[in-house]
Amino acid sequence: MTDFNEIKETLVNLDEQRLIELVNEALEKDIPPGDILNKGLIAGMDIVGEKMENEDMFIPEVLMAAKAMSKGVEILKPLLSDKETQTRGSVIIGTVKGDLHDIGKNLVAMMMESAGLTVHNLGVDIAPEEFVRMIKEKNAGILCLSALLTTTMPMMKQTIDAVVESGLRDQVKIMVGGAPVTQAFADDIGADAFASDAGSAAKSAKALVA
Amino acid sequence: MFQVIGERINTSRKKVQAAVADRNAAYIEEDVKKQQAAGADFIDVNAGARIGHEKEDMKWLLDTIGPIATVPLCLDSPDPAILEMAYGMVDKPPMINSISLEKDRFDTMMPFLKGKECKIIALCMDDSGMPASADDIVARTVELVTRLESIGMKQDAVYIDPLVQPISTDSVKGTMVLDAVRQIKNQYPDVHITGGLSNISYGLPERKIINRTFVTLMMDAGMDSAIIDPLDAKIMAVIRTADMLLGNDNFCMSYLKGVRSGMIKS
Repeated sequence: MTDFNEIKETLVNLDEQRLIELVNEALEKDIPPGDILNKGLIAGMDIVGEKMENEDMFIPEVLMAAKAMSKGVEILKPLLSDKETQTRGSVIIGTVKGDLHDIGKNLVAMMMESAGLTVHNLGVDIAPEEFVRMIKEKNAGILCLSALLTTTMPMMKQTIDAVVESGLRDQVKIMVGGAPVTQAFADDIGADAFASDAGSAAKSAKALVA
Repeated sequence: MFQVIGERINTSRKKVQAAVADRNAAYIEEDVKKQQAAGADFIDVNAGARIGHEKEDMKWLLDTIGPIATVPLCLDSPDPAILEMAYGMVDKPPMINSISLEKDRFDTMMPFLKGKECKIIALCMDDSGMPASADDIVARTVELVTRLESIGMKQDAVYIDPLVQPISTDSVKGTMVLDAVRQIKNQYPDVHITGGLSNISYGLPERKIINRTFVTLMMDAGMDSAIIDPLDAKIMAVIRTADMLLGNDNFCMSYLKGVRSGMIKS
């Protein structure tokens, strides 16, 4: 449907004002709000994520796109049914204990939210037992761990070990990322996925819960 | 004069890690010699990336670098036991990388530093994370300088790292750190300002032009040291030239020397 394409393009072009107009116009045409959200806004952010991954778009542009999208979501939210606001999955994300870096982790959280996942961002310096507690409390399907320091990378393994010991390992897919983290390291510590940037992180999170 | 801390001997760099794992002394020696020839004032040595091997790797690196080092080393580890060993192995008073206001780090580093003849890199990091404003950076600096002076360290031995953050995530991250550095130099003219620069350009394309432009702005604000790759000829040329323009190069001697040796080119 052309409306969705225009919404997607407008989002990718970072035109917040036009995007709001388009969302309102679509509502006037009685297009279901859930479709506007999923086939328009979220689908548009998927393109943004891909462009980020391919270095066609950069962090400031991604931030602008996310801001524009959230304005659109604000309009739609009151109109969505409970079923429609049910998201694609629940994510726990945090920086591991001993590490206080949060910029990359917050970008990942934002991209996952924009991809339609429910994200619980626990913050920085999070102990393994706190991750475990939150997986239980939020009944999460995905756990995302971030570390920016070579000295805190071993804490990722300790956190995964704690999840295994808690008996929750089968319930969650575990993703890891951060500047020093590699696919080999992810394999080594028993993670399910590694992502090198926020765009690909959101994409692989969706794939993991699909 | 601007002081360059050469960052290359770090086991998180693939080639260095391989050389350390293979005990390839020739590779390490050559790298250190190149950094010194390029104008490094300190050689940073970080053996942290091979988890579980830091102590033996640090010892081997210092054994290897010691005989050929013409400049002091910058001993880079969070572990006071390893720093204690390393401190005993160097013949020139080293720089230590680093202390911060994170409680665990601070409490273990202070006893190590007390009474040592060394320079110290002090990060504006505390248990709440990265600084959120210029005032935050300044307040943390005051705390660090005050505490370090209390164990007898001179202001001239303190190298504050204000922690540069990516401008891609927030347009004011450049002015935030520039303002902080101006305030710090105003309050503590003898305290040095150092740190990595490349964080400023994270998430943006053509990062090196950002890094080079930023270092000149930072130098004007009062940054007089940086942790960089001295073999990056372009940033070194910018630093030498900016140093001259800021009045730190009598009769432009260092600039002219750099041009004649081919290190500074338009």
